[in-house]
Amino acid sequence: MSHSAETTAHGSVKSYLVGFVLSVILTGIPFWMVMSGHFGKSVLFYSVVSFAIVQIVVHLKYFLHLDFSVKGRMDTFAFLFTALIIVMVVGLSIWIIYSANAMMM
Amino acid sequence: MSAVPETLKFANDHGLHTDDHGGGHHDEHQDTGGNTLFGFWLYLMTDCILFASVFATYAVLYMNTDGGVSGKDIFDLNFVLVETAALLVSSITYGFALLCAHKQQKAGTLLWLLVTMALGCVFIAMEVYEFHHLIVEGNGPDGSAFLSSFFALVGMHGLHVTAGLIWMLVMVLEVLKRGLGAQTVTRLGCLSLFWHFLDIVWVCVFSVVYLLGAM
Repeated sequence: MSHSAETTAHGSVKSYLVGFVLSVILTGIPFWMVMSGHFGKSVLFYSVVSFAIVQIVVHLKYFLHLDFSVKGRMDTFAFLFTALIIVMVVGLSIWIIYSANAMMM
Repeated sequence: MSAVPETLKFANDHGLHTDDHGGGHHDEHQDTGGNTLFGFWLYLMTDCILFASVFATYAVLYMNTDGGVSGKDIFDLNFVLVETAALLVSSITYGFALLCAHKQQKAGTLLWLLVTMALGCVFIAMEVYEFHHLIVEGNGPDGSAFLSSFFALVGMHGLHVTAGLIWMLVMVLEVLKRGLGAQTVTRLGCLSLFWHFLDIVWVCVFSVVYLLGAM
């Protein structure tokens, strides 16, 4: 097994540092936005959700080393399938219960 | 005979077998490790679904405060920010421990594992303090549907982190006793997936529960 393959599979100090700095930024901005109180509710809602999604992708790439290489492809597909299930479980639960609440009003 | 078992064919497609690179005893160890890591990853995916169901429960119950406190009244974002920082820094220190392990640097591995454990303990201690504070103030998990789902979700993440800390302690003892053999490094790799996965779950917790709850 070649050495370069090893470093891509397990990351390097640099990749961990890049992931860390990006995570700090992606955590700091939403905290600041909510704590400053300068923004409206809908702006805050969409910003917080977007920053969270971007940060999850950063973690998956730089800390968990998910990619589409031949070696790591199955891990990524397993995750994408799970993400689909999660969107359905969470999304449909919210849809059903909120609709039920609205109809009972 | 062309009766290759399906699992082996799959492993070949997956690129886990490295027959083209000369085979040998060392490579076989690498293969086992690869399959172990993939199996552990699949377990984590089921754990994801467990967390997703508890998140869905929280999302449908958080408005039902029964006239009691809501998230806005009980969440202290400065406190949560410190918790988040502890967990995020522990993620990168675990990464350094794993890099040292792959380079067979025993002292470095142990040092970074201990730093990671210390940060994990800070996180758990803060969470226990927060829970204790809430319960003493009369806002325990029996207060309302909101508080029940809050304690269930945040508590489940906390239990996972605690389990990770116990596992990490076991790994420290294993590295001390047996050094950094192929099996030990594979186990450290599994714990790495677990620890980083818990950080991802925490990103969802602080965004959905604390930030959206406090605004």
